[in-house]
Amino acid sequence: MNDLIFFFNQAVIGGVVLGSIYALGAVGVTLIFGILRFAHFAHGDMMTMGAFITFVLAGVLAAMGIVTPIPTGVLVVPLAMVLAAGLALGIDKGFYAPLRARGAKPVTLLIASIGVTMMIQGLIRLFFGVETRSFFDTEPKQIFRLELPFEGVTRPITFTEPQIWLVASTAIAVIALHYFLTRSRLGKGMRAMADNSDLAKVSGINTKLVVRVTWVIAGALACLAGTMLALDVTLKPDLAFNIVLPIFAAAILGGLGHAYGAIAGGFVLGFAETLAVFNWSVLLRPFRDVLWFDIPNSLTLVQSEYKLTVAFLILVVVLLVRPTGIFKGAST
Amino acid sequence: MTVRYIGLFAALFALIVFVGVMMGTPFTVRLMVEAFAFALIAMGLNIQWGFGGLFNFGILGMLMVGGFAVTFVSFPVNMAFWESEGPALLGLTAVAAGIGAVLIFLAHRVQRFGIRGKWRGAVIVVAWFAAYVIFRTQMDPAANTITSTAGWVGGLGLPVILGWAFGGVLAGLIGFLVGKVSLGLRADYLAIATIGIAEILRAVIRNMEWLTRGTLTVSPIPWPVPNPQYYQAQGASIADSFVYARGGYLALVVAIVIVALFLIHRAYQGPWGRMMRAIRDNHISAASMGKDVTGRQLEIFVFGSVLMGIGGAILVSFVGIYDPSSYQPINHTFIIWVMLIVGGAGNNFGALFGGLFIYIVWMLSEQLATALFGTLSNWSSAMGWGEIPDIETRAVQMRIFVLGLVVTIALRFAPKGLLPENIKARD
Repeated sequence: MNDLIFFFNQAVIGGVVLGSIYALGAVGVTLIFGILRFAHFAHGDMMTMGAFITFVLAGVLAAMGIVTPIPTGVLVVPLAMVLAAGLALGIDKGFYAPLRARGAKPVTLLIASIGVTMMIQGLIRLFFGVETRSFFDTEPKQIFRLELPFEGVTRPITFTEPQIWLVASTAIAVIALHYFLTRSRLGKGMRAMADNSDLAKVSGINTKLVVRVTWVIAGALACLAGTMLALDVTLKPDLAFNIVLPIFAAAILGGLGHAYGAIAGGFVLGFAETLAVFNWSVLLRPFRDVLWFDIPNSLTLVQSEYKLTVAFLILVVVLLVRPTGIFKGAST
Repeated sequence: MTVRYIGLFAALFALIVFVGVMMGTPFTVRLMVEAFAFALIAMGLNIQWGFGGLFNFGILGMLMVGGFAVTFVSFPVNMAFWESEGPALLGLTAVAAGIGAVLIFLAHRVQRFGIRGKWRGAVIVVAWFAAYVIFRTQMDPAANTITSTAGWVGGLGLPVILGWAFGGVLAGLIGFLVGKVSLGLRADYLAIATIGIAEILRAVIRNMEWLTRGTLTVSPIPWPVPNPQYYQAQGASIADSFVYARGGYLALVVAIVIVALFLIHRAYQGPWGRMMRAIRDNHISAASMGKDVTGRQLEIFVFGSVLMGIGGAILVSFVGIYDPSSYQPINHTFIIWVMLIVGGAGNNFGALFGGLFIYIVWMLSEQLATALFGTLSNWSSAMGWGEIPDIETRAVQMRIFVLGLVVTIALRFAPKGLLPENIKARD
């Protein structure tokens, strides 16, 4: 039993947490790709930017002496999402809209998004320095330990408060997005535009408004994802830059342009990473008497240094074997 | 057009002279060596993107491969490794890898035995997994033994120039494999795939301590020309010795760049270049004219990778240290793209100009930012608001912002670059 709980703590909780982060990021990437048809590389840095906005707001709140039962970062994240959405609109207006107006190719927009990546990173490092920060300097990070009422079980199920917030907010964001896309007029317009933008235009859908709404949603989701990631680990300038490729991998795995596919892809990747570095000999140990071979001390699929590499490997394999992703994305 | 070429290169020359006066000769010569190496890499990217329209975002991987190659070839021999059982274990690993390769090869041919569709897919997956397990059973003990007894494999102790050539060959080989698997993809998917492959390469090179020493880094890597210590032994002063040694290095690099520029410019103007441009501009019509599109694109990908590998090798020998963790996407992939976009994709002189100019801007924006912040800080403390903290570390970060700003401005106002590709109406 103890070994199973160890598996649950390491692989299942780890996979859900990582998968939620990937899913939240990949939804934004995939929405932008669906509507605007370009790979928006700056999404990772929009996540980092959102996390820093939340950090500043939380700092302001702490300076005002407001103490709440929930983490301050979670409290201010709605406001930060609004600000981040505004910034995303501004970034589009300043850097992408002029290129689109000229009829630039998607690759030009991709390069522009790398320029934006570098500008955001430069500014963040300029203002906040390169050091690592934590949301939990002033308040404790609550850790939950669930004891299981079974005989001989000594190991509790362990998770932290930010992880609950992360999973909960992912669920809320996904459900809200689902209702928006299927029930609201604008959401339906977005799906129509993702399918065929010319047809959507002649059907009287306000495509400019759809583009703006896309940026608002993408910016807000990026902020949420970045903040939740920073709450779970720590806040640093290359927080999300390092995982922007796994996020793309998740989006591609689910089929670029498919919001639900991105969520599924995110969780698949999250579990793939944690399971690949999980030490499987722990689960084999109870059977050591019946097995015919000696169980090695460490029996992982890949060494833990290669954890992120698993995502890249899946990315490359998916691109080569099935570039449309699991759900047949918008690839042409 | 000619006026523009002369004007821009004259302005660049004036900038270099200005830097030389302001920052001193040793710094400027060092700057120029690195700038020419980056220009060579930018020319490699120009072959891929400018000639062929292939989107390579895995430049970092090629530079790392080139750097590893020169380290491996030119670093002195590590006798502790050759006298240990390491070589034998590595031989076993090679055998295991061979068995795995045969397994995978056979699995891809199972349709000949009537296994098709999903079953074939399953067999292929199982074969890859089995090959991986077989390889790991030999690789892990070998790696552990080598790191514990000899530290690492060491080098071959051969001439540095040979190492540069090997860097080109190895990068070309990797480029061939990367191109072979991923060139069928569309532009932005190709970009993501190449980044993914480069990241895999980076993780592998960084973690293969037995081969590359990983985070422990390798130094000092020898120079192809007499180094400063040689001139100091000859009685030159320290400042002079740096100028002489780096000057010699610079001459060698410039010679390589000139030869490369001459060759690729001739290729560009010849029938080969015309064919490549035809494929780039409309690969469907090129294919209907009987051109082997995939084969030619692979050719271009390999040629570009060779230049990148040589450039990466030159950079590593020059700094004299191979540190796999120092490779970052911004410093080693994105900057090359900025060079090519600003200089002018499709134009070899544009790539040369962009490489030199952007590298100088990149190196100088730190100094300029320090000066700017210093002034601002003085002003703010004079206003009674206190000084700006950590000016030094913040100024370093300014250059990333400057690079991003430069490329977005270039894309908006000069999308064809400063020296656009010269398209003749009739050849």
